[in-house]
Amino acid sequence: MSGYRLPAGGRIDRSKPVAFQFDGKRYQGFAGDTLASALLANGVSLFGRSFKYHRPRGLLAAGSEEPNALVSVHRGPGRFTPNLRATNVEIHDGLNASSQNRWPSLKTDFGAINDRLGMFFPAGFYNKTFMWPRSFWDRLYEPAIRKMAGLGDAPTEVDPDNYAATYAHCDLLIVGAGPAGLDAALEASGTGKRLILIDEQDEAGGGALADPALWPWLERSMKALSSAANVTILTRTTAFGYYHDNFVGAVQRLTDHLPANSEAPREKLWRIRAGEVLLAQGAIERPLVFDGNDTPGVMLSSAAKIFANRYGVAVGKSLALMAVHDSGWHDVFALKKAGVGIAAIIDARDVVDESLLAEAAALGVAVHLNHSVIGVKGRHQVASIEICANGNDVRRSIPCDALLMAGGWTPSVHLWSHSKGSLKWRDDLGAYVPDQPNENCRSIGACSGDWDFGTGAVYDVLPTPKDQARIKAFVDFQNDVTAKDINLAVREGFRSIEHIKRYTTNGMATDQGKTSNLNGLQIASTALAKAVPDIGLTTFRPPYTPQTFGALAGHAKGALFQATRTTNIDGWAEENGAIFELVAQWRRARYFPKFGEDMHAAVNRECVAVRNSVGIFDASTLGKIEVVGPDAAEFLNRMYTNPWKALEPGRCRYGLLLKEDGFITDDGVSARLAPDRFHLTTTTGGAARVLNMMEDYLQTEWPDLNVWLTSTTEQYAVIALQGPNARKLLEPLVEGIDLSAEAFPHMAIREGLICGIPTRLFRVSFTGELGFEINVPTAYGRALWERLMAEGADYGITPYGTETMHVLRAEKGFIIVGQDTDGTVTPYDAGLDWAVGKKKPDFVGRRSLARPDIIAVGRRQLVGLLTEDPKMVLEEGAQIVADPNQPVPMTMIGHVTSSYWSETLGRSIAMALVANGHAMLGETIYVPMPDGTHKAAISSMVFYDPQGARLHV
Amino acid sequence: MILIHCPYCDEQRPEIEFAYAGQAHIARPVDPDTYSDEEWERFLFIRANPRGRHHERWRHSHGCGRFFNAVRDTVTDKFETTYKAGEPRK
Ligand SMILES: [Zn+2]
Repeated sequence: MSGYRLPAGGRIDRSKPVAFQFDGKRYQGFAGDTLASALLANGVSLFGRSFKYHRPRGLLAAGSEEPNALVSVHRGPGRFTPNLRATNVEIHDGLNASSQNRWPSLKTDFGAINDRLGMFFPAGFYNKTFMWPRSFWDRLYEPAIRKMAGLGDAPTEVDPDNYAATYAHCDLLIVGAGPAGLDAALEASGTGKRLILIDEQDEAGGGALADPALWPWLERSMKALSSAANVTILTRTTAFGYYHDNFVGAVQRLTDHLPANSEAPREKLWRIRAGEVLLAQGAIERPLVFDGNDTPGVMLSSAAKIFANRYGVAVGKSLALMAVHDSGWHDVFALKKAGVGIAAIIDARDVVDESLLAEAAALGVAVHLNHSVIGVKGRHQVASIEICANGNDVRRSIPCDALLMAGGWTPSVHLWSHSKGSLKWRDDLGAYVPDQPNENCRSIGACSGDWDFGTGAVYDVLPTPKDQARIKAFVDFQNDVTAKDINLAVREGFRSIEHIKRYTTNGMATDQGKTSNLNGLQIASTALAKAVPDIGLTTFRPPYTPQTFGALAGHAKGALFQATRTTNIDGWAEENGAIFELVAQWRRARYFPKFGEDMHAAVNRECVAVRNSVGIFDASTLGKIEVVGPDAAEFLNRMYTNPWKALEPGRCRYGLLLKEDGFITDDGVSARLAPDRFHLTTTTGGAARVLNMMEDYLQTEWPDLNVWLTSTTEQYAVIALQGPNARKLLEPLVEGIDLSAEAFPHMAIREGLICGIPTRLFRVSFTGELGFEINVPTAYGRALWERLMAEGADYGITPYGTETMHVLRAEKGFIIVGQDTDGTVTPYDAGLDWAVGKKKPDFVGRRSLARPDIIAVGRRQLVGLLTEDPKMVLEEGAQIVADPNQPVPMTMIGHVTSSYWSETLGRSIAMALVANGHAMLGETIYVPMPDGTHKAAISSMVFYDPQGARLHV
Repeated sequence: MILIHCPYCDEQRPEIEFAYAGQAHIARPVDPDTYSDEEWERFLFIRANPRGRHHERWRHSHGCGRFFNAVRDTVTDKFETTYKAGEPRK
């Protein structure tokens, strides 16, 4: 094509030249140009290579439906965007764009060999060919296919741009600022309604931008709307999805069209909730299907008009038109008047309106009715076309450098379909139009089928005397699907359009078939001898056009991806070199390495310090629920397996919580502060789940109980002080509490002051040592911690983390719900029979403990494991077998749930779920691991101080 | 994103404030011990999966915290009504 800049016209600013690059070559355009219009003006005809056959491709369209001219834009490190439509990329000084899917260059592309081998690439080629042998997939097929059949390269660097997001609410949302949308906006603006008007282009106007006669009206309209306080106009904004209850997602492009990168957000995601939605998205012109219709220079008739009238660019010096619709004739008349040369009008219809013929004659344009284009000459650019009388093999050649197609119009029903509005088929338009809405939504203007483009005929493939099997007539330009492919799919037995679509990939490219769906349907309809409505229509899904991940992610990246919860003591841990782990969104200190220790050395040291003197641990993350009310004890009695009513104020109890199915869901030590007040603790990860479960029962099963539940997890900092010297350290710091063993026994709670801070002091132990858990108001956590560190220096007080906590509790056989249990473990399986109130008439999960499967023999039960080699630490999750010599696959009888090196015991210890484990004490089992099979004996889970002598001191 | 009417707040609020809580009107038996294994199995595990009207529970988790009942059409995903826990099935 020999496109060139017209001497006058267009909405570009000819006083503002813009320099940019495409494929490394420098070009100049004007402010207001798109990459497509500027390159056309420079005579460029070749924009890309096709997806499968690597055929040379030019522009088909002038808007966001463009399937061929996909480009990559480079804006510096990490700022690389592939697969942008050249027709949507606004040029600015320094713009650096490149073509895609070609190597080594756009003009010389080795992949084009695929085109010669086209006979080997029929529909379903990939499914049929690249199946066997399996081993070829990873090494050969997949990498090769990815390289050959690709769009742009995926970016490899982190995106340094910022993306904004906002919510918006309005009475009326209008999508599309063409004449229909603007008229509706003008009408509504006077009513005082809150109105949002959005349009994907850089300026409002839609079709009016290509019609200079409407420009004065457009200017007046925009002036009126811009000055109305109740109207928000968003240009460069794509409404990409329409969701339930009039919720519309839109992305506004803020800075891509500006020359320099800035710290300003690149894009902004709008989440709009509208009272009413008006869809005024217009219609998309349909290509025609004939041999060679993808040659660069063959484009939509409306696109040629847009390039001429809006951008002042002629797409060629001598244009031919292939029409089946009146609109193409009007486009050509407008082009002729704008000074563009017209070679001929060819129309497949034998009769057209007299007025069209009269105007063509007046303008001196040759007309061929009842003719069709049957071939195109030229490889990188149209050189001539071959036309033929319909049904009569009389061919003639017409020289031209561009061929326009006027195949009729397809209403843009995408958002309407997202909203689940129904569609009806209109034979006269050869298109689906909106029927019944599913939301408070109306479709107006061309997207509802209401237009003044004239009338036309509907064709599947243009008539041709050529052998249908030997021509390349494209339907889906972006996915390289031809009419032949669709016919083949039908011959191979596909009947549903959903299946034909997936088999041929018609309409499955990034453009979701904006220019191909209806032609594909018509061809399938003919092949199946069924009316189009009987074949159906494939579903449109968001996004309307591809959107960046950045816009959708917005601020939710990096540190803001997910909230990290920290305790009041977290800062101290960080300053003192803690290594952290995330537990249920909490950042917890895992261990505190000293002098270059690795984890094992640090954990061994921390464990020994707790057992021999005193350790200090931040337990603030424990879930806490305050249970208050006259029926508090009755409520807990119904929730937990244990009896609660007889628990005296001042005492604590280990509580075990089941789900109604009888399986353990949580546990924790809870204290009774007063007859009507309990301080519950839950696991760190279970806090929200347990509160939700308790609220559920309280609100919906037992609303008669007078009980209030309040989450207090974040109200208290909790410091665990554990070890034989814990009491000695505490005693001088506490006021109002007698710490003696007699006055304050194990599993008790007292209220008083510590270092002057009000405290709920628990005497509890998750380590097996004399221990206290000091609850103070959160804000005092770090101050108290630092004081205890200072006062404990004489005892060699040692901070320890979650890893040491795990080892210490495992030495005592204390379970961790979610590690040693997995949602299929009952209290009996876990060896916690003692925690089940046998005399209680009911509690959550009680009935299920009598279900046949729960009392059956052979359930997996929690036991201890001692490896034959004391130095061998088993892998957590390793499977357990009874006989290591059985053939593979072996029968697995259980798995390791917890496994550690115990420095205190000088050997490894483990816990495991083993079928019938409780009856197998002392028996040998085997644990196959990658380094060999290890022998172990089943043991008690309590490895250290089984009598609990160290607790009761 | 669906809008859901909380019958306690008497407000139409976005779906993200709510949590689904399973089929509605399955009351926990007052005396589970009188249930046979089969009856208990039905109570525990067997749930309706209708095409159309579904009675279900929601919780206004990030609002008032109350559990309530709703009738939602599983085909259109539209809420027909919501009502307070304890009120008769609608
Ligand atoms: Zn509420």
